[in-house]
Amino acid sequence: MSVLVNKDSKIIVQGFTGSEGTFHASQMIEYGTNVVGGVTPGKGGQTHLDKPVFNTVEEAVKQVGADTTIIFVPPAFAADAIMEAADAGIKVIITITEGIPVADMIKAADYIKDRNCRLVGPNCPGVITPEEAKVGIMPGFVFKKGNVGIVSKSGTLTYEAADQVVKQGLGITTAIGIGGDPIIGTTTKEAVEMLINDPETKAVVMIGEIGGQLEADAANWYKASGSKKPVVGFIAGETAPAGRTMGHAGAIVGGSDDTAQAKKKIMRACGIHVVDSPAEIGKKVAEVMA
Amino acid sequence: MNLHEYQGKELLNSFGVRIQRGIVAQNADEAVAAAKKLTEDTGTGWHVIKAQVHAGGRGKGGGVKLAKSLDDVKTIASQIIGMDLVTPQTSAEGKRVHQVLVAEDVYYPGDSEPEEYYMSVLLNRGNGRNMIMYSTEGGMDIETVAEETPHLIFTEEIDPATGILPFQARKVAFNLGLSGTAFKEMTRFVTSLYTAYVKSDSSLFEINPVLKTSDDKIMAVDAKVTLDDNALFRHKDLAELRDLREENPIEVEAGALGLNYVDLDGNVGCMVNGAGLAMATMDLIKQAGGEPANFLDVGGTADAARVEAAFRIILKDPNVKAILINIFGGIVRCDRVAQGVIDAYKNMGNIEVPIIVRLQGTNADIAKELIDSSGLDVKSAVEFQEAADKVQAVLA
Repeated sequence: MSVLVNKDSKIIVQGFTGSEGTFHASQMIEYGTNVVGGVTPGKGGQTHLDKPVFNTVEEAVKQVGADTTIIFVPPAFAADAIMEAADAGIKVIITITEGIPVADMIKAADYIKDRNCRLVGPNCPGVITPEEAKVGIMPGFVFKKGNVGIVSKSGTLTYEAADQVVKQGLGITTAIGIGGDPIIGTTTKEAVEMLINDPETKAVVMIGEIGGQLEADAANWYKASGSKKPVVGFIAGETAPAGRTMGHAGAIVGGSDDTAQAKKKIMRACGIHVVDSPAEIGKKVAEVMA
Repeated sequence: MNLHEYQGKELLNSFGVRIQRGIVAQNADEAVAAAKKLTEDTGTGWHVIKAQVHAGGRGKGGGVKLAKSLDDVKTIASQIIGMDLVTPQTSAEGKRVHQVLVAEDVYYPGDSEPEEYYMSVLLNRGNGRNMIMYSTEGGMDIETVAEETPHLIFTEEIDPATGILPFQARKVAFNLGLSGTAFKEMTRFVTSLYTAYVKSDSSLFEINPVLKTSDDKIMAVDAKVTLDDNALFRHKDLAELRDLREENPIEVEAGALGLNYVDLDGNVGCMVNGAGLAMATMDLIKQAGGEPANFLDVGGTADAARVEAAFRIILKDPNVKAILINIFGGIVRCDRVAQGVIDAYKNMGNIEVPIIVRLQGTNADIAKELIDSSGLDVKSAVEFQEAADKVQAVLA
């Protein structure tokens, strides 16, 4: 088992023929991901990377049975791409695009909420189930197959955590990059819940950062669930000053309850194994799984 | 991006929100001319001189003063323009004031007592919707109100599909205890305020205080407006309002080079790819006994040109005693980054602070080899902890 994506996922790439889309789609295909085509409005009927190009997501769903999409569409048009995918019946919508206006995401989040789909991102590295499907921009070789699930707001910090886990002789079931924007589809709590409920996943790594309440919500859910699966946590940004945006649009301390210290306190109180040093993530995972 | 009070008020006014009127002035003579004009236009006798800087709490630092004559206007304006205004939101050195807003006096006596309220429009990150937050306790620090009298803070969530509805505007006016003319004025005020927020793609409006005048007008006496940077591409006119004098000059320069840089007070500079890893690296520097001098995300393409640009930015800070480069090479290969570091180092000639380079990921071993055999005073590391230990060693 795994969550969100696996070897049977039928994946399309929106923004397929652009430079980002082309580069990462070819990396995904090389990894062995089941990419069944792509969408670029106006280029329908062409072939790109040996896969069919469609004008609309609806055509891709009808003709090749797409159920998962990865979006590389530029920020000004990305929210529209998300809504198009949801309308066409795509089940998993993974949005890599960084810099989407908040107002556009408010609209898109509202549009998709009653449709039967799950959004991951935006501004995220994507989702990977090792040896099955890489639906994102992460370096595939870092992620070896195993029993540890990873949830993270950040890209390179996810790779760092996965690398540390793998160096402990362990591996990954699925790593989910949920993104660092103020409005994201899948929350930390939802991602942790999926992994806790996945029989193959034996432990979860949850990496957060300053800003917002997502980690506290996830921690409270974990405590209430009574799950015995260990969760290892880290929150980046203990040294970040209040009121400044640290790279990710959502990474900003707004009050006393969204600092790294406050989040770690709640997580500890909920039974999560919190590490203060980002260099200790892998070691702690090995310890709690021993 | 933040706007000055006068810019924020102009924006609100263009959407029909009533504001305390004013004219911006760059020097004392302009301030006097502005005051005369304002008296002609509005009939105001007194004037309020307000420092225009991007920081709250200006009144506490002496940046907002009442002028009861044109002589007062001249004296106060010359005091405020050029001062380094220290407020609870600035550093101890304060912020240089380049201009003042000369505003009409709106606390004139009349049939009723003037009253102050608080109102903001912002995103509720919990449910992805905008909300209007308001309180009867205006003119005060809202954090204090939230702590001491939380029952006096109200919120109204806005459905993105409908926008603000008439009953919601009425609810705001009722909760603020208004009736008659002031009630109608408030429903108009809050409706146009929300429209302005949405149409300008703002991420924060904070109006503190919103004033009910003695003749029952509702107006914005102050305006803190933050625009969504990601939406500026469709608001060219608003993007032009950016005042670079209000920003850290090194941050402005870094931004122009495509580097995401935040200046901090510490002694260890860092250069990292990815925002999350950059924050984690700052935390690790602290745990190693240093203090981060900056946040710097070099992004995905850490080639020689970018690395060199980042070096130059970090070294502009005289407090930097060491530099930690932490790159997780995924798609970008570590050996290329290492070559970039070596080339940049050689190009720059005289880097006098020790450098620790931690490259992990694709071709990390080749990268370490390149660094170690370069003959430069650069210490290499592969593991995260190893990098921290080396930072600790050079600071000792």
